[in-house]
Amino acid sequence: MGRSIIEKILSRKSGQEVQAGDIVVAKVDFAMGQDGTSPLAIQAFRAMGGEALFDPEKVALVIDHSAPSPSEGVSNLHKLMREFARETGCHLYDVGDGVCHQLMLESGAVGPGSLVVGADSHTCTYGALNAFATGVGSTDLAAALISGRMWFKVPPTLKFVCHGILPPGVYSKDLILFLIGQVTADGATYRSVEFGGEAIRALSMEARFTVSNMAVEMGAKAGLMEADERTAEWMAQYSRHTFEPVVPDPDAVYEQVLEFDVSRLEPQIARPHRVDNVAPLGEVAGLPVDEAVLGTCTNGRLEDLRIAAALVRGYRVSPNVRFIVAPASRSVYLQALRDGSLETLVQAGAAVVTPGCGPCVGTHNGVPADGERVISSANRNFKGRMGNSKAEIYLASPAAVAAAALTGEITDPREFLK
Amino acid sequence: MLLSGKAHVFGDDINTDYIISGKYKFKTLDLAELARHVMEDLDPDFYRKITAGDFIVAGRNFGCGSSREQAPLAIKHAGISAVVAGSFARIFYRNAINTGLPVVECDTRAIEPGDELEVDLGAGILRNRTRGVEVGITPLPAVMLKILNDGGLAAHFRKHGGFSLD
Ligand code: SF4
Repeated sequence: MGRSIIEKILSRKSGQEVQAGDIVVAKVDFAMGQDGTSPLAIQAFRAMGGEALFDPEKVALVIDHSAPSPSEGVSNLHKLMREFARETGCHLYDVGDGVCHQLMLESGAVGPGSLVVGADSHTCTYGALNAFATGVGSTDLAAALISGRMWFKVPPTLKFVCHGILPPGVYSKDLILFLIGQVTADGATYRSVEFGGEAIRALSMEARFTVSNMAVEMGAKAGLMEADERTAEWMAQYSRHTFEPVVPDPDAVYEQVLEFDVSRLEPQIARPHRVDNVAPLGEVAGLPVDEAVLGTCTNGRLEDLRIAAALVRGYRVSPNVRFIVAPASRSVYLQALRDGSLETLVQAGAAVVTPGCGPCVGTHNGVPADGERVISSANRNFKGRMGNSKAEIYLASPAAVAAAALTGEITDPREFLK
Repeated sequence: MLLSGKAHVFGDDINTDYIISGKYKFKTLDLAELARHVMEDLDPDFYRKITAGDFIVAGRNFGCGSSREQAPLAIKHAGISAVVAGSFARIFYRNAINTGLPVVECDTRAIEPGDELEVDLGAGILRNRTRGVEVGITPLPAVMLKILNDGGLAAHFRKHGGFSLD
């Protein structure tokens, strides 16, 4: 019987032929934790009697969620992470290095066929590199840090086939928002997802990361893609290691195959307070916004900053809007400095904050006021997500965020592309 | 394991930001402090309404969102004995078992706020004593039952020196 990508990776990593429904203990190629989850993992590591890491080269801790620290409580947790990293010899990414997921993608340690666990739900982002990467909690991470292993129930796979090419002004963010709207926030729970078809193949690597990043917003355990020449280019740029891509069997068994023609897709937007509350952006055009956020592990990459810069060039940000930009990593920051994108954004009125999670999760860097409306390029719009339960969050593409920053209201970005 | 208490009812898609907001989870490892803020954005007084042993009852997709283990920990430390829901998000489900918080998957639609419930994990039954009805519970996978019975994953590791799931 044919196997899907996840069945093949879990077979390889567990040393036995497995299929959906089996329970396996598999070898982990890399384990990651961030500053919201690592402190508990360190505590669990000690509670489990952990002394050494299974392999310090294959472990990274990242200070990104509240970086730089906004309070003494956070500072003490950061200190705990730094001390643990020094003690165990693992990698530590500190304030200013960037969002954990972008750093993992740039690290060269994760590639086609890898198995990665991260104590952060958007670890599924690396699925776009053909890696089985999934979010776990702190205790699971601690178990992996000690043993280099993790237990999994092999999930069935849901396959999305996207036909056609996205029209101009419509981006991979619109595509994934649309798909989440179609299947809902728990449409892929306990399942792995594979994304394929012409529309996916035509996307840049960066745009593909946006799609896999949001697989968890439909409940999925993984958001996998096949490796192709673009994947190979990314790996050649960032990694010295060799990887073995995993191709699903032609007769792989899928729980469901969903096909969509996306060649006429419109810009999409997720309305408060659910990621699956998706509509064509035009339906809410004209709603005033108070804050516009460009960044996060979903859409803070170079391509996203370039799209936004091209859109705002020659214009000024509306006086009614705070336009906050958080590059996803130091490397993205530097590249956007060198190519002038950041200069353009700052000149237009953007406030650039430290590479990292920025205001995404409500710890600092732009908490909205009561009754305010935010448009963000992030992946979650839950009530209170940005630190105030009386604010509203709309999710859209970087172009739509930039357009709203200029006009002060939700605006179809295609109006600026004419 | 026999658990009993009254029901606190919530809806579908209760995400981890509602269970414990990001603005608290980054600040501290003090679980008693986190517990005071459990479900705060949905019900600012929720913590004060809990009697030890009570249940959180919800609809579909409980615990969706982030991987924060502070979510099941805050619930457990607030005195909740188990979460009963129509279905759970994957990471929350694992985290709950790993931290020793029982999760009960069953049809919750007929449960009303304040109903007196009794959960028999061994027998796989939830009894609604207020309404005099019983419903079957989706059994936990054997692996998870083993981890839960060991008192969570940390205790499981200490006991067996690693994964011992056969
Ligand atoms: S950018 Fe937002 S979604 Fe991404 S890892 Fe940071 S907090 Fe999580």
